[in-house]
Amino acid sequence: MSATAAPAVSAPAISPGAPVGWKVPATLSVLAVVALVVFGFLGSAQTAEFGISASGDAFALPALRVPGMATSIVLGVLMAGLAAWSVWLKLQGRRTPGWAGPVFAVMFVFSFLVWVVASARTPSISLAGLIAGAVTLAVPLVFGSLSGVLCERSGVVNIAIEGQLLGGAFTAAIVASVTRSPALGLVAAAVAGALVSMVLAVFSIRYLVNQIIVGVVLNVLVSGLTGFLFTTVMQEDPELFNSPGRLPILEIPVLSAIPILGPILFKQSVVGYLMYIAVAVVWLGLFKTRWGLRLRAVGEHPKAADTLGIRVNATRFWNVTLGGAIAGIGGSFFTLVAIDSFTKEISGGRGFIALAALIFGRWNPIGAFFAALLFGFADNLQAILTIIGTPVPSQFMAMMPYLVTVFAVAGLVGRSRPPAAEGIPYVKG
Amino acid sequence: MAHKENGGVVKLELQGISKAFGSFYANQDIDLTVEERQIHCLLGENGAGKSTLMNVLYGLYEPTSGRILVDGRPVRFAGPGDAMAAGIGMVHQHFMLVPVFTVAENVALGAEATRGAGLLDLDVTRTRIREISARYGFDVDPDALVEDLPVGVQQRVEIIKALVREAKVLILDEPTAVLTPQETDELLDIMRQLRASGTSIVFISHKLREVKAVSDVITVIRRGKVVGDAAPGASPSELAAMMVGRPVSLSLDKAPAAPGETTFEVTGLTVTAPNGTRAVDGLSFAIARGEILAVAGVQGNGQTELTEAILGLQEHVSGSVRLEGQELLGRSVKEVLRAGVGFVPEDRTVDGLVGPLSVAENLVLDLYDREPYARGIGMRPAEVRANASQRVEEFDIRTPSPEAAAGTLSGGNQQKVVMARALSRPLKLFIASQPTRGVDVGSVEFLHRRIVAERDGGTPVLIVSTELDEVLELADRIAVLYKGRLVGIVPAGTPRDVLGLMMAGVTPPKAETDAEAAAEHAAEAAAADAAQAEESPRPTRDSEGGTL
Amino acid sequence: MSQLDPSSSAPVEDSPATAQAPPPVPVAATTAAKTEGVSVLREIVAGSGLVSLLAVVAALVLGGLLIASTDRQVGRTLGYFLARPTDFFQALWTAGTSSYVALFQGAVFNPRQGFAPLLETLTVATPLICAGLGVALAFRAGLFNIGAQGQIIIGGTLAAYAGFAWHLPFGLHLLLVLVLGIVGGALWGGLVGYLKARTGAHEVILTIMFNYVALYLVDFLLNTSAFQRPGETNPISPRLDETAVFPSLTGSRLHLGFVVAIALTVAVWWILSRSTVGFEFRAVGANPSAARTAGVDVGRSTILVMALAGALAGAAGVAQVAGTEKVLTTGVAASYGFDAITVALLGRSSPWGTFAAGLLFGAFRAGAVQMQIQTGTPIDIVLVVQSLIVLFIAAPPLIRSLFGFGRRAKRRGPRARHAQGTTAGGAA
Repeated sequence: MSATAAPAVSAPAISPGAPVGWKVPATLSVLAVVALVVFGFLGSAQTAEFGISASGDAFALPALRVPGMATSIVLGVLMAGLAAWSVWLKLQGRRTPGWAGPVFAVMFVFSFLVWVVASARTPSISLAGLIAGAVTLAVPLVFGSLSGVLCERSGVVNIAIEGQLLGGAFTAAIVASVTRSPALGLVAAAVAGALVSMVLAVFSIRYLVNQIIVGVVLNVLVSGLTGFLFTTVMQEDPELFNSPGRLPILEIPVLSAIPILGPILFKQSVVGYLMYIAVAVVWLGLFKTRWGLRLRAVGEHPKAADTLGIRVNATRFWNVTLGGAIAGIGGSFFTLVAIDSFTKEISGGRGFIALAALIFGRWNPIGAFFAALLFGFADNLQAILTIIGTPVPSQFMAMMPYLVTVFAVAGLVGRSRPPAAEGIPYVKG
Repeated sequence: MAHKENGGVVKLELQGISKAFGSFYANQDIDLTVEERQIHCLLGENGAGKSTLMNVLYGLYEPTSGRILVDGRPVRFAGPGDAMAAGIGMVHQHFMLVPVFTVAENVALGAEATRGAGLLDLDVTRTRIREISARYGFDVDPDALVEDLPVGVQQRVEIIKALVREAKVLILDEPTAVLTPQETDELLDIMRQLRASGTSIVFISHKLREVKAVSDVITVIRRGKVVGDAAPGASPSELAAMMVGRPVSLSLDKAPAAPGETTFEVTGLTVTAPNGTRAVDGLSFAIARGEILAVAGVQGNGQTELTEAILGLQEHVSGSVRLEGQELLGRSVKEVLRAGVGFVPEDRTVDGLVGPLSVAENLVLDLYDREPYARGIGMRPAEVRANASQRVEEFDIRTPSPEAAAGTLSGGNQQKVVMARALSRPLKLFIASQPTRGVDVGSVEFLHRRIVAERDGGTPVLIVSTELDEVLELADRIAVLYKGRLVGIVPAGTPRDVLGLMMAGVTPPKAETDAEAAAEHAAEAAAADAAQAEESPRPTRDSEGGTL
Repeated sequence: MSQLDPSSSAPVEDSPATAQAPPPVPVAATTAAKTEGVSVLREIVAGSGLVSLLAVVAALVLGGLLIASTDRQVGRTLGYFLARPTDFFQALWTAGTSSYVALFQGAVFNPRQGFAPLLETLTVATPLICAGLGVALAFRAGLFNIGAQGQIIIGGTLAAYAGFAWHLPFGLHLLLVLVLGIVGGALWGGLVGYLKARTGAHEVILTIMFNYVALYLVDFLLNTSAFQRPGETNPISPRLDETAVFPSLTGSRLHLGFVVAIALTVAVWWILSRSTVGFEFRAVGANPSAARTAGVDVGRSTILVMALAGALAGAAGVAQVAGTEKVLTTGVAASYGFDAITVALLGRSSPWGTFAAGLLFGAFRAGAVQMQIQTGTPIDIVLVVQSLIVLFIAAPPLIRSLFGFGRRAKRRGPRARHAQGTTAGGAA
């Protein structure tokens, strides 16, 4: 219980690993039954069509057409088999292997897609569009969650991602408008995000204010500040202050014509490309460089780092600031890429979804990236489903990221282990 | 800044060092000289100010006044980085290792070799670790995760960390607290080896035997001040007197136990830890009324889990724990306490006290919702206060007022609050874990006397202590735990070296095995019962216990 | 105290479990984090009233400067600042103060209406106080209840449904509305408590996520035939029956809900300082592992306190649907749930402090409407001032240095303060 047990003697190694629980088999079983019954037996017999190629592609692939009910039943049976196998393993006292979860998840999602498309008024969607849209919607989420990764890995809880995104969006809009340069707007967004982060850092590191409180309050502050300035400044002269123009979409010839992958990898704005770079750089930096080693050390055991001459609070301060800059860039996506003006609360709570992605991605940049993609996918799917008219109320699709996160933190979808010193201010002695 | 002349050895002087926390002086005007190639011991009680002094020397604290000289030149350490650059290394009492990092990552941290562009080059570190391991006979895998390593190995990683940084003076802060006597001997050997290769060592300890075994010079510290130097040849009682400030009897006056019937029995108790290992593995023992069973063992061998399992604080427990015929396992903590179990947890600040709550409130922390302290869901503050003044008096708790926050009291007085709470009602079993850890000597005597008094009142008592001295002082019988298993139960007079071997997991030929122990003890107890039945039965507090 | 006993105040020496000890398992880590968070909370709870006052002043001044900085007149006078600086300062003063005067007139008193605006302040303060109490109660038990927003929504939804779908006699109907609202909030909050107690999930994450789930849930419901007003395409419910709403007090918008808020304040005070559950909450809040060891069922306590916190927020939802708004919309919670956090922080998590803070923020909200009409200053300025107040309050050294007092305390810096806190807490 206590930290006394600290150097926990590795007690007798009788059975390695935790006791095998019912959690995984039970979860899989319930989901398999749901999939089989709802998606399968109660599903529509219509044929679901998934378009793969878009108009500009180099070569066209035929659309995928599958019979709704039959496909879902087949998938449901496969899932039920997997669940049964998991139960059998549990009864043998063995653990369900790690690959089972993702495989199950993929089948479940596909089964769901088939069901929902087959039951729609127009049972046809473009897979390419679905995925490309998902990536676009995920851009600010990825930047936000990377900010969270840097802050939290260095030991500072970052509830203020929303404020960083919003601050970035506002500043990008106003600076790009005044200077007539979206590029400068992008830079300004990074600065704004960093400034928000610095407030977080100063209050939590210098004044030891609870980090959750600072984060929550900062979101309110940024919301109030941008709202105030939007009304008093931007709306007074939108021509001058709120017409930033857009960052161009840079299309890489040939490569961008690859079906599905082309648009998401090679047909992006600067911000989109920066996203991929940022994920790679943060991952590499975190796990392969001196900077990352020190950053993680102050987040896990700041006193140990201190005894080795690492300046804990300075390390935290600068990494939190850097995180803010990254989130600020993400914020510029709203006003420089998605649309070309600022409105109140334009970030619309995506900072909190980014927080969710960070946790679902287990504080790992790549994990957070894929979690953000998943949430972007859900967001986009919701929009598309509303158009093609499906039985699932859009609100439930919108809830998905939040519910998934609840399941994640409750340990139903794997165990998340936050950095050990997260949220604890470091004070010498 | 590295001082490499003199063959790389360093002479270290502290002059007039004081360190204040608010108005409290943890160190006052301390002079200390660590000569080259010496093992210099700092001896003092818990809380005497040894660690504070070393944290000043290591640059973790800035001294309030005084100066530090390295090879005669004054230096100022703004942080541990400066101290390391001056050739000072430190192995902290609580290891400064990042549990989720590998050994190599921990060793590299702060002094990383890179391939340029900040890319880590851990191969350099791995090579260094292997070199040092080979030189001193360590068996350390550079790629093992630290959290998977036993404490003894973690300590070696700490030593490697200092040696990689070419420490010429190595500070070891209470390094033996987590080691078995055998591991301690190995460490002392390593220290001698280090001295031979030119490293000076500052050895902080409160254990007289180790200090005498290895030191060249001993400096005794008491209440933040240097009391004086002593030679390693000084007698233990001399050293103890210097440490405490008055002659101390190293043993407690206590009457021989008069065990009554056996009312507390543990059978096949097993606790599975979250990582799947067995923290407690098939323990069986029994305690009679009026008897103290002390559990000895190195920290982290299942003691915490044992007491917490009895109390209902552990999950994944199997076996049986019976008190006066009632099964305790599977009951809530509250039910166990209400069944007549008094419990003093091993760490009062974590599990014993609610610091910001008042002394009075802490004294009813386990009975707050019962008559007379509550009626229905309303509390009765007057009753809580009345109880507090009584306990404060009875246990000589030094507090400005019963309304003072418990966290503001000294360690000894905090412990008295915890003890007073546990003993303030009739008990059928008393469990105390580390009953005197971090407590001043005066309070130790008081607390020990209370424990013995509880025994003499006819309560079975279970003591858990990692301090062998305390075990030897209090125990009527001694149970030794190693890796969650019972190595054996031996009588109170068992020699220290036998216990030491047992603490390392070696079953001595004479010791009872688990099953025998239980059987034999049951027989003994039965015999004692019979004997007791013939004599006039000793009054027990059974009847009172029934009100609980 | 006992200076002689070194163990009394040396947090560093030989203490077997300090927060810095390497946490071996995630459990210990969370415990440490929790204890640390709690010690900060305690600081907030125990700070001085003067700091609160100065924080309000500092925030108002900064807010005034912000207002002035976007004022035209100020900008114009700045153009010839060197020529006639007095003009600039005059404009600055006018810009800043005229907004606040308008705010005061909208919130407390103006010559035209007398003290009538004060009634509007009390009306707006009602949900703030209720939800603020919910956040404060959870704070005292060591929990961050960021979820008042969702709890208000769910409480308001249930209450509204009972109010428009059922038709019952006066008295009984209102009572049922109130009970259902409270139960709704309690369920939503208690669910978080349950998940935390059972799985150890952090309540901050859970409550944030639950806020959104609640929002989408009410949006969904208001698009179903059971909830949507007949003939409407917008997500809005029918009006609540006359028998289901709080009677108006003094003929204004102020309603009986304010009296309920006062009663709840008294109730929370009693729970915290005089009841056994309150004792449990405080013990668990300050040191959960000690409470557990002494037999307190920490899980039960967590569920109970979150349910009570949710119930209080649910009451705020009732005050909205059955008092002020009289219908259910997706905006039922407005931003009361988030404001409640700042209210509880400003009130230092004490029941009456929260009550007072609720009144103050209620005044800001009520007055801001008038301010926007009179001077064109956007309502958003209230958010700025509110958040600045909380930031300042949370960092007393900052306030002290801003106002230039307590220099010694400042020089010793937060470290000394913290060290003392640690010793005092003994659990950090």
